[in-house]
Amino acid sequence: MKQKIERLRIHKIFMVDRSKNKEISPFVVKDCAVVAIATGIHVQNLRELRDKLAAVPADSIYYHFWGSLLLPRFEEPEFNNDFAAWAYHGLRDPILAERLAMIDPTDFTDMEELRQELLEVVEERLYESEYVPWSKLDQQFHFMRSQIVVFDTHKRITDPKMLSVLVPSLSTGSIFYHFIDARRRSPEGVDDLSAWLSQFGDRYAELIKSIATIDPYFTTLAELRQMLSQLFKTHLEEKGR
Amino acid sequence: MKILALYADVAGRDVIEHLRQLASLLKGMRVIHVNSTRVGGGVAEILEKLVPLMQELEIDTKWELIRGDEEFLECTKGLHNALQGNPKDIPKSLLNVYEKTNAQNAEQLRHELEEADIAFIHDPQPAPLLKFCPNRKGKWIWRCHIDISRPYHPVWRYFRNFVLGYDASIFSLADFAQPLPHPLYVIPPSIDPLSEKNVSLDGGEIESVYEEFGINLELPIILQVSRFDRFKDPLGVIRAHKLAKKFISSLQLVLAGGGATDDPEGEVVLKEVQEAAADDPDIHVLFLPPEADRTINALQRGADIVLQKSIKEGFGLTVTEAMWKGKPVIGGDVGGIRLQVINHHTGVRVSTPEGAALRIRYLLSHQDKLQAMGQKAREFVRENFLITRLLRDHLALMVALIYDVEDRIELD
Repeated sequence: MKQKIERLRIHKIFMVDRSKNKEISPFVVKDCAVVAIATGIHVQNLRELRDKLAAVPADSIYYHFWGSLLLPRFEEPEFNNDFAAWAYHGLRDPILAERLAMIDPTDFTDMEELRQELLEVVEERLYESEYVPWSKLDQQFHFMRSQIVVFDTHKRITDPKMLSVLVPSLSTGSIFYHFIDARRRSPEGVDDLSAWLSQFGDRYAELIKSIATIDPYFTTLAELRQMLSQLFKTHLEEKGR
Repeated sequence: MKILALYADVAGRDVIEHLRQLASLLKGMRVIHVNSTRVGGGVAEILEKLVPLMQELEIDTKWELIRGDEEFLECTKGLHNALQGNPKDIPKSLLNVYEKTNAQNAEQLRHELEEADIAFIHDPQPAPLLKFCPNRKGKWIWRCHIDISRPYHPVWRYFRNFVLGYDASIFSLADFAQPLPHPLYVIPPSIDPLSEKNVSLDGGEIESVYEEFGINLELPIILQVSRFDRFKDPLGVIRAHKLAKKFISSLQLVLAGGGATDDPEGEVVLKEVQEAAADDPDIHVLFLPPEADRTINALQRGADIVLQKSIKEGFGLTVTEAMWKGKPVIGGDVGGIRLQVINHHTGVRVSTPEGAALRIRYLLSHQDKLQAMGQKAREFVRENFLITRLLRDHLALMVALIYDVEDRIELD
C-alpha cells in the first residue's frame, strides 16, 4: 500500500516538475474521465440559487461550466452551462437562461470572479422579477462537483510534426485533459500542447498563437478536436511544405 | 475467453485499459459486497456481473448475503417503501427485528467485514451492519439503489442514523442524494451488453418471436416494455397509438411486460389495458414471464420506435436497453428518462398522449431522422450506461477513498 501511495506522490511531483524542466521531454498523452459527486445542496427557486451560489465550493461552479463537456454532447447544445439550462427548463425563464448562457468562463481568471459574475446576473434578474421564479419539485437544481481520473494512454510524442496525426485520433477525454483541464493545472492557464511546444523556442510561436485564439467553451469536445486538427494540419503539414 | 476480453469487443479496448489502470492500485485488496438476495432484482443482476469482473481484475472480491425471517422481510419492505415516499410508519416491534437481525448477521460476517479493505453495503436491508462492526479496518460505502428523493421523514430520520457513519454513499441520480456527512457519489445504473436481454440477436430469431405473437414485422411497430403499472401510463400509450393510427393505418402497438402476480393493482391495470385494446387487432398486449429476457430483446430489436411514456420513473433501464438496440425513444419527461432521452438527438420527451402521437407520426415519416437518432442513442449508451462504466466509477471511488484523494486521481 505504502508503495502505491509513493507511486501516486512521485507521479504528482513528476507532473509539477516537468513544466520547469528545461530539457525537451516527450509529450505524454493522457485520457480522463470524471466521476460526479453530489454536494447534497439543491435549490428550487432563484433566490435559493443566489444564496447557495454564494456559498458552494468553487469546484462545484467549475463542474457546472466545464464538467458536462465530458458527458457526450450533441452538435448544438442548447445551453453551455448547467445554470442556463436550469433557468430555461426548471425555472422556465428564457431571459435569465439567455443571459447565463452568454457567460464565458474563459473570460475570468478564477472561479471566484466567475461566481461573482453569476451572482450579478442572478441578482439583476431577481430585481427585475415581480415574483421569485421557481421550479417544480422534481426539477430542482443539484449542485455537483467531480473527481477527475487521469489515465495514461502510453502514447508519447517527441516530434511536434507528429501532432497533426495524433490530435485527430485523440479521445474526447484526452482533449478535455490537455485543453481544458490543463488551464486549471498550469499557473499560466495554458493548454498542455502549447506548453509543450513552447520548449522549442520561437519555432512554433505562430501555432501557439493560433491555438490561443480558439475558445474551448462555446463548442463540443469533438468540435474542438476538429478545429485543433485543422490548425495542426495547416501549421505543421501545409506550411511545412 | 476471459470476461474482460468479451467486454472489450463491445465497449472498446480503451475502456478495459482504463479499468486495468485503476484496478492496479487495488490489486489484492479485500472487497466485500453485502445485499439481501442472490437471485432476482436489479441489485443481484448487477452484482452477478460486477463481482466476477472485479475478481478478474485481481481484486479479492466476495459477495455475502444478509438473511432474515418473515418479520425482517416485512420490516425491510416497509422501510423500502417509506424511503421511497410511502407515508407509513413501521411498528417499533418490526424495527427491533430489523436491528436484531442485522446484529445476528454481523456475528456471522464480522471477521470478513472487519477485515475488508472496502465494504459495499447495498440498500437499506444490511445498512445497520456498520454499527455492529466497531473494529472495521476498511472503508464502508452505502450503495443506495432506490429513489429516496422524497423519503417519508419519520422513517428517514430513524434510518439515516445507520448510514451517517459510512465513508461514502452512492446514489443512482443526483435527485436521489440526501445530505449526509460524507461524499455522495452519483453513479447511474447501467446495462450489461452481454446479457440475454441485450446481446445481439440474428434476424431469424427476431422474426420467429414476432411470428409467435402474430405481429407483422413488415409493418410499422411501436413498443413499450414495462410492468402494467399506472406510472408507466399504458393507457396513455394506447391513446397515442389510436391518435397516430388515424394517419398511419397499419401502425401496430406492442405493450409487453410482466408484473408480480401478488400485485392486485397490477392485475387491475392489466385488465384495463386489455379492455382498452380489445377492439383493435393491431394492439398486442403481451404478459410475459420474468425469464422472457430474450423475447424482450427480440421485441425491442424488431420495433421501429420504443416508447416509455412514464409519468413517474426512477432511472428507466428499459429506455437504456432500447437505445442500446439503436432505437429512438419517445419518453415521458420525468426522472432518469431526462438523462437518457436527449430531445431530437436520442429520442423525444413528451408530456401527453397527443405529444407522443405527434412524434410517432413525425419519426415514422422521417426514416432518415429515425435511423440517425437510433444510432446516436446506441453510442450514447455505449459511452455512458454500460456496466464497464459502472465498474470504472466504482473503482475510481475505491481508489479515491483508499488513497484519500480529494479531486484528482493520476494513473500510469
